[in-house]
Amino acid sequence: MTGFDFTFFLEVLVGGLLSGVMYSLVAIGFVLIYKTSGVLNFAQGAMLLFAALTFVSLVERGVPFALALAITFLVMVLLGITIERTVLRPLVNKPPITLFMATLGLSYIIEGAAQLIWGTQVHGLDLGIDDTPLEISGILISKFDLFAAAVAATMVAVLTVLFRWTRVGLAFRAVADDQFAALAVGLRLPRIWATVWTAAGLIALVAGLLWGARLGVQFSLSLVVLKALPVLVLGGFDSILGAIVGGLLIGASEKLAEVYLGDVFGGGIESWFAYAIALAFLLIRPAGLFGQKLVERA
Amino acid sequence: MTTPLLTISGIRAVYNHSVVALSDVSVTIGRGSIVALLGANGAGKTTTLHATANLLPAERGRIAAGKITFDGQDVLATSPGTLVRSGLVSVLEGRHCFKSLSVEENLITGAAGRGSRRREASADLERVYDLFPRLKAKRRISSGLTSGGEQQMTAIGRALMARPRLLVLDEPSMGLAPLVIEEIFKTLSRLNKEDGLTIFLAEQNAAIALRFAHRATVIENGHSVLEDTAAALRARPDIKSFYLGKADLHAAAEARNPTPSPVPA
Repeated sequence: MTGFDFTFFLEVLVGGLLSGVMYSLVAIGFVLIYKTSGVLNFAQGAMLLFAALTFVSLVERGVPFALALAITFLVMVLLGITIERTVLRPLVNKPPITLFMATLGLSYIIEGAAQLIWGTQVHGLDLGIDDTPLEISGILISKFDLFAAAVAATMVAVLTVLFRWTRVGLAFRAVADDQFAALAVGLRLPRIWATVWTAAGLIALVAGLLWGARLGVQFSLSLVVLKALPVLVLGGFDSILGAIVGGLLIGASEKLAEVYLGDVFGGGIESWFAYAIALAFLLIRPAGLFGQKLVERA
Repeated sequence: MTTPLLTISGIRAVYNHSVVALSDVSVTIGRGSIVALLGANGAGKTTTLHATANLLPAERGRIAAGKITFDGQDVLATSPGTLVRSGLVSVLEGRHCFKSLSVEENLITGAAGRGSRRREASADLERVYDLFPRLKAKRRISSGLTSGGEQQMTAIGRALMARPRLLVLDEPSMGLAPLVIEEIFKTLSRLNKEDGLTIFLAEQNAAIALRFAHRATVIENGHSVLEDTAAALRARPDIKSFYLGKADLHAAAEARNPTPSPVPA
């Protein structure tokens, strides 16, 4: 074997980390809803597809970029609030599996609706950022990846500020901790849920556009959620920080694995490596890296 | 005579459409009074308090008969949040602090529930720290790491942040050391005297409840069976033996070793 090419290694690592940021983004959408209502929202992927499809269709019909973005955001907010009102609120206090099944059904309804409204063909999505590599101190980095990572990082920063230092955020964390106590204290749970679904809709929009530009806007886009699952297993289902770190780890390790271990398995391991890591994690540390271990004195 | 602040009349509570938790409970709470709800495990104390704050629907329970009125408002037709904002605030059994939030953040959720302005909230915060100085020292610590007594204080403080007119407490003495129980009840008594706060509390520890309450209602198997002033109830032999649990023991101890009673009767 020849000498270890460090520059190449860094390139793969950075590329992996940057694509990991996009996994994080999808995973955060899950975490928000899971923390406040204990639901693993399987419809997150469908929401992502719906957002991307709505945006692309508007742009294709000649709506200016900014306006299309605003309209799509509005649609996602409405969608989020409608889901909360019509599906989740009547099911409050039902077992988690009931809620999970409801979101599973919901994901098919949203996908079906998207198909009905916008048709089934594949759309290209051009955000106006070329995917040309940029050279930074000898390492080639995709401009698009860099842009996506910056957008995702901004989203994360905004969410962190929101949850750490505002009353809405405090209420969010309180509900996540103890829903019954939050009710007794007088916190307006429906309003908090609506806020969370709106935030999840916004994340679906951003993630939908980024992934859509990468993969093309088509129905397999909703399968991006499946990539979020190992991220959640790794980071913990109830930790935003976990979703970020988990995404980075999955992104980096699957790229590195593909490049350095790919030959051993005959290539193509990028598509399943994340799940293998997740499986190993479930055996070693089921709560994930940052999952909540009950903080309580005996 | 002024109208009572809270009236519970003949309520019947059912969980999951099948389990009857209360058959016929009535309690009247006059303005500015401390009223205790006494009863054994499973008598229906917690259900009565949850009904008072309209929290039963959140536990798949409902009131099948009877009526609850808080200051002219139909409690059963009002959401728990609206009740909090009109001054009916609960402290749940087992504290229910937000464990990952700091003590101070816990307190602020009370202000958020009421919708207090920031200035009101910081004034209320000072008041709570004045009542429970221990909380001030622990304000930055996550409440899950504080002691049971501190968690109870946090839960009470959180309720006070919502500026209650009626404070509903479920077993404030549960699992706490006698000195801490004493401190908490003295603070409640102080709030009652200084601010005219009306208090409705359920207790298994009838001795302490009857010492601080003005009146008490006893419930058994989902029925309210007795209502009187605390002094009158303390004197009754059946209350002594059932709830204070010291009638015979005390007499026996007295015979062996005549010392003053640890709990003033």
